[in-house]
Order: sequence, then structure tokens, then C-alpha cells
Amino acid sequence: MDFELLVGIFPQVLLDGLILGFMYALIALGYTMVYGVLEFINFAHSEIFILGAFVGVEILLTMKSAGLLDVLPWVLVLLLALVAGMLASGLAAVAVERIAYRPLRHAPRLIPLISAIGVSFFLQDLIRLFESIWRNSFNLVYPTMDALNQRFELTPTIDVSVKSLVVIVAALLMLWALYVLVNRTKIGTAIRAVAEDQAAASLMGINVNRMISLDLPHRRGHGWGGGRAVRRAVRPHQSLYGIHPRPEGVHRGGARRHRQYPRGDDGRLVLGLLEAFAASYLSLLTGGAFGAEYKDIFAFSILILILIFRPKGLLGEVVRERA
Amino acid sequence: MLLRARCRAVRPRSGEGIKLGAQLAVEKGKANLEKMGYKVEFVPFDDQAKPDVGVANAKNIIADKDIMAVIGHLNSGVAIPSSEVYKEVNVAMISPANTNPVVTDRGYPNVNRVCGRDDVQGVVGSEFAHGQKIKSAYIVHDKTQYGQSIAEFFKADSEKKGIKVLGFEGTEEKSNFDPIITPIKAKNPDLIYFGGIYDQAAPFFKQAREKGVKSKFMGPDGMDSSDLTKIAGKAVVGMSYTSAAGPASALPKAKAFVDEFKKKFGKNPEPYAAEAYDAATIALRAIEETAKKGKVSREDVSSAVRKAKLSGITGEIAFDAKGDRQKAQYFVLQVVSDDPAKWGDNKIVKQLAIAPPEGKK
Repeated sequence: MDFELLVGIFPQVLLDGLILGFMYALIALGYTMVYGVLEFINFAHSEIFILGAFVGVEILLTMKSAGLLDVLPWVLVLLLALVAGMLASGLAAVAVERIAYRPLRHAPRLIPLISAIGVSFFLQDLIRLFESIWRNSFNLVYPTMDALNQRFELTPTIDVSVKSLVVIVAALLMLWALYVLVNRTKIGTAIRAVAEDQAAASLMGINVNRMISLDLPHRRGHGWGGGRAVRRAVRPHQSLYGIHPRPEGVHRGGARRHRQYPRGDDGRLVLGLLEAFAASYLSLLTGGAFGAEYKDIFAFSILILILIFRPKGLLGEVVRERA
Repeated sequence: MLLRARCRAVRPRSGEGIKLGAQLAVEKGKANLEKMGYKVEFVPFDDQAKPDVGVANAKNIIADKDIMAVIGHLNSGVAIPSSEVYKEVNVAMISPANTNPVVTDRGYPNVNRVCGRDDVQGVVGSEFAHGQKIKSAYIVHDKTQYGQSIAEFFKADSEKKGIKVLGFEGTEEKSNFDPIITPIKAKNPDLIYFGGIYDQAAPFFKQAREKGVKSKFMGPDGMDSSDLTKIAGKAVVGMSYTSAAGPASALPKAKAFVDEFKKKFGKNPEPYAAEAYDAATIALRAIEETAKKGKVSREDVSSAVRKAKLSGITGEIAFDAKGDRQKAQYFVLQVVSDDPAKWGDNKIVKQLAIAPPEGKK
């Protein structure tokens, strides 16, 4: 066992894990929001999340073929793709809610779940069909920007890329914005009221349908932001790439509620870290008997343990006294 | 009577090569049989690269008693279960492209191949690496029957040649390779060998270069697609890959074949077209031979194929007792440009004719 090597790569693994964790946190936000209000796991979340990413990619590709990519500053390009992706995801989310979830609002809880799975399949194949007819290629390759691919060498063994920093900053910004929205605004109060008790909220004069609709695009924005972040950082090139983040987000959605919104993201960070550590260290520590392929098993086992023993998040929950 | 050749297309490009190559051979070579009063027909099937579709096709094929030989498949994962079906009725199968050792190692009397074997591809890789003065290697594979077995052969032979293997890692990861790359970077090997397919290898190589890994890259024929450069760009320029199917231009009797193919189909031969051409020619000759002796049966055709000798466009072909080609051609190619359109310009840096390993189960 090469002890020096194990210690040497530690900071890099820690950093990679944190970045992965931030991405999971972004994705999980969407699940949390829906679960909090509608109390079912929205299986179509990952597909809407992909949709935003694909809109972003298409915009980049169109700009590239128009020759704009080299002319415009990358910040502008990024913002444009970002806004378009957010809009597309948001609108899609509203449409899905209107078509697939609202008619089932008062049905038993399993029914909208099935509907969500249907939407998920539909969107997945829609994107695949569109891309295969439109681009006709097995591997969708999107242009990258050199500015984003740059890496800073913190030390000779540790480096971090610009896009990773973008992911972290975007995640923190969105977490903060969501916190403000949910806890400090009137709309947020109304959404929380709906989450607590739909019937009572509507008696108090809150338009429940509107609040749920508002909740959706907004969370889509987050989903999208996550989608874009993932796309930037891990360079997926297949239409199914949203599948993997789903179970991890689901876990989070199941564990958290709106009302305790800002907490629980620690769980996502831990998951990201666990995965990165397992992938880098398992094979080194076991002499190759267990390789990187066990990272998910390892990470999920620990998560299940956390769910059993610390279901409200690692840092616990704020319990308010009732007035 | 009918002779039917069969083939399939997965990645349309490569599958197309098998189909058109076999078709050309049948059209050119059917005259003799037709003079003898037989009707010769070429029947393409598409297995969609799926084992279940391949097996379903195979069942249709054995039910059609007129089909005397099968040329295919493109994927070993399809060829292996399908040939279990062919074996039931002993219909000859000649593979132009299946490099997995298992294809012939089962010792079926009807299964042959004109291409090389994966285990030799791993050896060709380490042989080349050794020649390049590589001292240490890190091996990553995709955990498939194809990728992992090549990687294992590469590892075993590298160790034999004194190349230090710093790591051996299997992964199904498709997008985020950071955690795998970090230890590789720390160990700084001379060479990274990826046993797998380009769609996984390309992002891996790209991310490795971005992370500042300086090692040389190498892989098996799973790398042989212009999408490798389309995805990975400059990161893979200069990397080398081995192949059991050289570009048509490297073959001994290439020119006449390329011209003929172009004339007939209006394009350059795709991968495995030449191999499929030779395979189909062997099949036709074998049928001819049995026809001369009287009744044509699947058993007789199978044993005639096994004994066939052909000076084909891919060189001298003769099968050993297991159905492997006695001396198959292997190539090491180098990626010359990050432009996907120039994939065909990749140059051959080494060419070897190697016999299949002896005494393998």
C-alpha cells in the first residue's frame, strides 16, 4: 500500500466529491419542492431537467454553426443558453403539471406517481426521437469553451476547473435564492401553507393551483440550472443521461420537506463525497479486489444507513414550538 | 437450391461493410453454381446488434433448409448465442468480424472466422507498447466480455514483457471520470490502455488530458470510429489502437477489390467488407465442392469450409482445427488528426501476422 499516494490525492478527491455533491444538491432541490407540495415523487423531474440541458446544447450548436461562438464573449453565450434552458424547462414543467398531475390532484397518491412515470418515458423518447432525427448522430457533441475548460493548479497535484467553480457558485446561488423565496416572501409563505395543508390554505384565500404551478417552473429553473451544470461538468452525450441522478434525487426528495428546506443538502454533499472517495480509493485500498464500479453500492449503503438513523439530514432538523 | 448469406448492421457503417462485401462476393462467384443448375441467392438479415434478435434470426435461418452458410455477425455478443443455434443443424458460419476468443474456443465444427482474436489484440498492443519503450501502464476497461478480456490479455502479456502494470480498473461510468483519473495522474504511467469502446473511451481520454495526464493512450479496435475524435478532439491525436481488420488499402490485393467495390456501390469499402468478401467466397467454393460430389448438405458444406484454402484479398486463409485463421493479420494504427473527417487517414504504424495462441481451452 502506497501511503504517500493515498494522502497525496486526498485533497483532489475531496474537491471532486464536493463538486459532485453540489450537483446532486441542485438536482435534489426539484424533487424536494414537488414532494413538499404534492407529496409524490416526481419521476419526470430528470427528463425535464434533461430537456433544459438539451435546449442549452441546441442553442450552443446553433450559435456555433452561425459562427457566433467565436465572436461573442462566453459569459453572454452562457447566459443566453441558461435563460433559454430555464424557460424551456419551466414551461415544460407547467405543461406537465397541467396535463398529467392536476387532473389527478385528488386521486390516491399512487395514481399521479404512475402518471409521472408515463410522462418520464414520453419525454425521454421525445428527446431521443428529436435528436436522432434532427442531428442523426449517436453521440451528441456540443462545443466547449476554452475559458471554461481552463484549470487552476492550486498545487502540482490539485487542480480545479473553471466549470467546477461555476457549478459551485451556481449551486450556492440557487440554494440561497430558494431559501429567500420560500422563507422570506409572500409567495413562499403561501407555498409553505399549501405544503402544510391544501384545504386549509385554500380556505385562507390562497389559490392552491396557482401556488403549485408557481412552485413548478421555479423548481424547474433549478432543475435546469442543475442540468446545465451537470452537462458542463460531466459532458454527457446521450439522451438518457438523466437517469442516474434520479435515484439520488429521489432519496433526497423522500427525506426532505419544504418546511425544512435549507437543511438536508448536507446529505447530497455527503453522497457526492462518498462516491468520489469510493471511486478513487476502493481499488487502492483493497488491492484491486473492489474497483470504482462499487462506488454506487458503497455510497447508497451509507445513505440508507443515514436515512434509517438520521432521516432529517445529518445536521438534524429545526423544530419550532407551536404557538 | 439457394445459398443464403446473412449479415447485420449495428453501427450502420460497419454492418453495412459486411453486407456489401458478402453481396459482392456472391454476385461475382455464383456463376459456377448456376451452371450446375443451382439457384444462388443472397439474403441479408439484421440482428440490430442485439443477442435476442440475432438468436431469433438464427432460428429462422436454420428452419430455412436452403440456407447453406452464414456470413456474420458484427458483434461477438450476438455471434456467440446465435452460433449455438447454427450448431444444432451444423450450418457453416464464417465470421468476418467477431474477435472474441469464445467464438472459436468452444470448438464447434461449423464456426470459423477470417479475422483475428481479441486475446491476440491484447498481445499486439503490449508488443507495440514494448517496442515503444513503455515502462509502465495503467489499464482501464469497460467490464464487458469484449473490453475486459482484451484488457486482461494486455495485462498478462505486458507483465511478461516487463512492463509494470500500475493499476487495473473496470468501470461502467460514462460521463464523470474524475475519481478514476485522480489516482492515475498521481501514479503517472507511461501508457493508459483502455479496453472498451470509443463512446466511453473518448470522454475518459478527454478528461484525462484536461486534468493534465501526460501518458500515451492506447486501445483495441473498439476505438476505431471517427466519433472518437469527434468527442475527444485533440486529446486523442497521436494515440494508437490495434485492429484485427486493417483498412482495405493495407491488404495484399487491395486495389482491385477497392475499385470493384467502388464501381458497384459508389463508395469506399467500409470496415470488414474485405473480410466478408473472403468469407463469402470461401462459403461459395465450399458449396461448389460439395455440389460436385453430388447432394449438397449442411454437414458437408461445414466440413468443406473447415478444410478450405483461399488466397483471398486479406491474404492466405486457412482454418485451424478450431476454426481460427491460421495466421491472421493485426494492425496498430495511429490517430493523425482531430478532424473526424480525416479518420480514414489514420496511419498503420505496425502490421503483424500472428497465429492464434495454442492450447487455450
